[in-house]
Amino acid sequence: METLLSSLITRLGTHNVLTAPEDILPYGFDGTAVLKQRPVAVVFARDAQEVSFVLKLARSHRVPVVTRGSGTGLSGGSVPVAGGLVLCLVKMDRILELDAKNLTLRAEAGVITQQVYDAADAAGLFYPPDPGSMKISTIGGNVAENSGGLRGLKYGVTRDYVIGMEVVLADGSLCWLGGKCVKDVAGYNLRDLFIGSEGTLGVVTQVLLKLLPKPAARQTLLATFAQMDAAAEAVSSIIAARIIPCTLEFLDRKTIHCVEDFAKVGLPRDAGAILLIETDGHPAAVADEAVRIEALCHAHGASSVRRATTAAEAAALATARRSAFSALARLRPTTILEDVTVPRSELAGMIRAVEGIALKHNLNIATFGHFGDGNLHPTILTDERDTAEMHRVELAFADIVDETLKRGGTLTGEHGVGLAKKAFLRRQLGDASYDLLRLVKRALDPDGLLNPGKIFDQAAR
Amino acid sequence: MNAHPSPARNAASPNLLKSLDYSILQQCIHCGMCLPACPTYAETKQERNSPRGRIALMRAIADDELPLTKAFGEEMAYCLGCLACTTACPAGVNYAELLETARAEVERQGVLASPKRDFFRWLFLRILFTRPRLLRFAGRLLRFWQVGGGQTVFRKLGLPAWLPAGLRPLEPQAPAVQARFSHQLINPVEWPAGVIRHRVVVLTGCVQDLAFSHINRATVDVLLANACEVHTPPVQPCCGSLHAHNGDNASARLLARRLLDQIDPFAFDAILSNAGGCGSHLRAYGHLLHDEPAYAARAAEWSRKLRDIHEYLVEIGFRPPQGPAPGEPLAVTYHESCHLCHGQKISAQPRAILRTIPGMELRECAEAQWCCGSAGLYNFTQPETSARLQERKVGHVLATGASLVATANPGCHLQLENGLRSRVTSAGPSVQVSHPVELLAAAYRAENAANRTQG
Repeated sequence: METLLSSLITRLGTHNVLTAPEDILPYGFDGTAVLKQRPVAVVFARDAQEVSFVLKLARSHRVPVVTRGSGTGLSGGSVPVAGGLVLCLVKMDRILELDAKNLTLRAEAGVITQQVYDAADAAGLFYPPDPGSMKISTIGGNVAENSGGLRGLKYGVTRDYVIGMEVVLADGSLCWLGGKCVKDVAGYNLRDLFIGSEGTLGVVTQVLLKLLPKPAARQTLLATFAQMDAAAEAVSSIIAARIIPCTLEFLDRKTIHCVEDFAKVGLPRDAGAILLIETDGHPAAVADEAVRIEALCHAHGASSVRRATTAAEAAALATARRSAFSALARLRPTTILEDVTVPRSELAGMIRAVEGIALKHNLNIATFGHFGDGNLHPTILTDERDTAEMHRVELAFADIVDETLKRGGTLTGEHGVGLAKKAFLRRQLGDASYDLLRLVKRALDPDGLLNPGKIFDQAAR
Repeated sequence: MNAHPSPARNAASPNLLKSLDYSILQQCIHCGMCLPACPTYAETKQERNSPRGRIALMRAIADDELPLTKAFGEEMAYCLGCLACTTACPAGVNYAELLETARAEVERQGVLASPKRDFFRWLFLRILFTRPRLLRFAGRLLRFWQVGGGQTVFRKLGLPAWLPAGLRPLEPQAPAVQARFSHQLINPVEWPAGVIRHRVVVLTGCVQDLAFSHINRATVDVLLANACEVHTPPVQPCCGSLHAHNGDNASARLLARRLLDQIDPFAFDAILSNAGGCGSHLRAYGHLLHDEPAYAARAAEWSRKLRDIHEYLVEIGFRPPQGPAPGEPLAVTYHESCHLCHGQKISAQPRAILRTIPGMELRECAEAQWCCGSAGLYNFTQPETSARLQERKVGHVLATGASLVATANPGCHLQLENGLRSRVTSAGPSVQVSHPVELLAAAYRAENAANRTQG
């Protein structure tokens, strides 16, 4: 290990190799509750060549490497591995090109998502994926986790915007996958293999993103309901009316209170549920959809529908919604966020099932999420020091997974498997698919040094 | 040098981070939402220099996973204490209390102790800023130095080179001391011309009293113009914010008790501070003294009545000045004191005041809520980071093209003045620094003058 560290220092400089306890301890966790592990060292790479150097060196010393951006992940994907290095890419933070003719943006992996959005916006363009942590998450981390966000219903997720990438493989070789061509069927679509691979197959060092023209108009609405069921019916009716809003979010009563305590944007504290709805596009279409959405909400018992009157008000509402997970931490010491997703038609039933599970296990669970795409975030509010309660949390999570899979859903819609959900993955995928994942992993990372133990346990060698 | 009493280092008393309510540490879910708000994280991109990194270190110490080291002490000192993270934090983590506790523990264990540091801490925290009359005397000496010729002679002789390297750049940054302090400008009680609607007391501060006594006068003027009977005790002890923010909790408590002995919160409608840093701490007296039976009730009442001057003016529906607008509209930009906007969440009110001033155009500057690097004693303890933040701030101020920058904290005021002085060349237009109530007071004066001419 000493020779490994001195080689790293020689190549990267002392400022980019951290080993002091005070320096590395804060890299022992990401945004996931409870999970932590101290690495041996944290190294910062400034370009793909340095990443390649680190991977080659780690391989020759058989030391595992966990790649990390801003460490906001919610499944433990960037939690260090015992005896391993953390490879932090936040210093690779340049936007390299904005190609207005081809509507693409090329950026290093450590660029902050918000900066991608802002750069596109300044050019009259639009990068839609907007995960809750976009103000600090890195684009590389978004690609590794295939992050979603509030706009998934209409615009899809990170995967739908990555058209090319530079990847450093486990042996240190650099390759480009994809490019600016809209149509490209030369060889396997390996780019997609790396999207959502959680740092287990290679290190993404550069991404080429597809941009859209900025929608000419946007309208945000906030609909208040006494009951979650009524809100669910309103959502079904909106989709049935062939309206696909850009955003269709819901918050339950507990979440409303916590978010309002933080954001003070005037959410109704007496509501059983609220829907945050945004429609965007051509001004005439937006105006028409807003009127119809408003009518449908009222028809399904909305006690009020508020329209954001300014862009600032709309942005404040969206920001408030993005803070939901963190704001829920106000209630109990430990906040465990789940990410199950069911087919859209199953969502209302799933929300009811979660309420039942909370009662059954005597737990405090708040729920919010993306009504439009069936992705809900049951958030268990607990205390990690209460072992009895933590045991009930495990049981409740198993029940939530059962309920999800029964409804044809998935363990995770946008947070990834990481450490938090790997115990359930085989059940969801079935043996054949699960073994296929491991086959791919072995092919690309034969020594098992890239983020080992994430997604599935490392196979015995 | 070791003869002076250094802050108590008592090995037998419990670790303050361990005796802290653990749920305050647990409140942080390390989601990372604080990172983009943190100026020191922006400087280094290292987690240790971020709020969640620091909280992780504090928690590790409370959990016995990490000893309290010198590096930890240095990290606590590197934090600006700007509290921008508390505005960004959706989980409502009480970072102010965490930082104060950690700093107090760092002092208790003495990991940063050195004869020079101990001497300056003793001089500032235990001597000068606990004795208001002595502080004013020191101010007089400084004034004599600055205008009496001493400074000129000193500089001509090239004597600054003799100062310790760390102090050399600070000598020209010392505040320009006023000829007259607050008690020479303000009577202990002043009454408005018309009917009395409110009875308030004005806190004059320490640096504010020496360097910006005219702002205290302006504060009283705007209150008089808004039907307030204004009480201003002539000799006021320091509020203790400097002490609490720098890990000297015992002194902070002592000073809070003294101020409560002098000013009865039950006798006034409001207790007013015009300095962001002081106000932020003054508001917390209720919490600071909640475990002292003799003071708890008084301190709670104090916290209930404590208002920032801008907040209070808006609360009582202050009268917009009606005076004539000057020919040319005057562009002003507003820099938010961290402890006003993050510590006290007062952000809209100073702007509301600036917008009512005839002929004044408020131009927002980028990063108005980003720390200017003054941060209490930070420009003294961390001069390099402080200077970079100052440059960043001054750049944003100049980019607005405004000829005035308003701010409501003496530390920021000095930092801006010093930064602008070094950036503005003789060719460029000069930018003045002012306090919003100074501008409001001037507008009331212009209104009165106009009324007199008309009458």
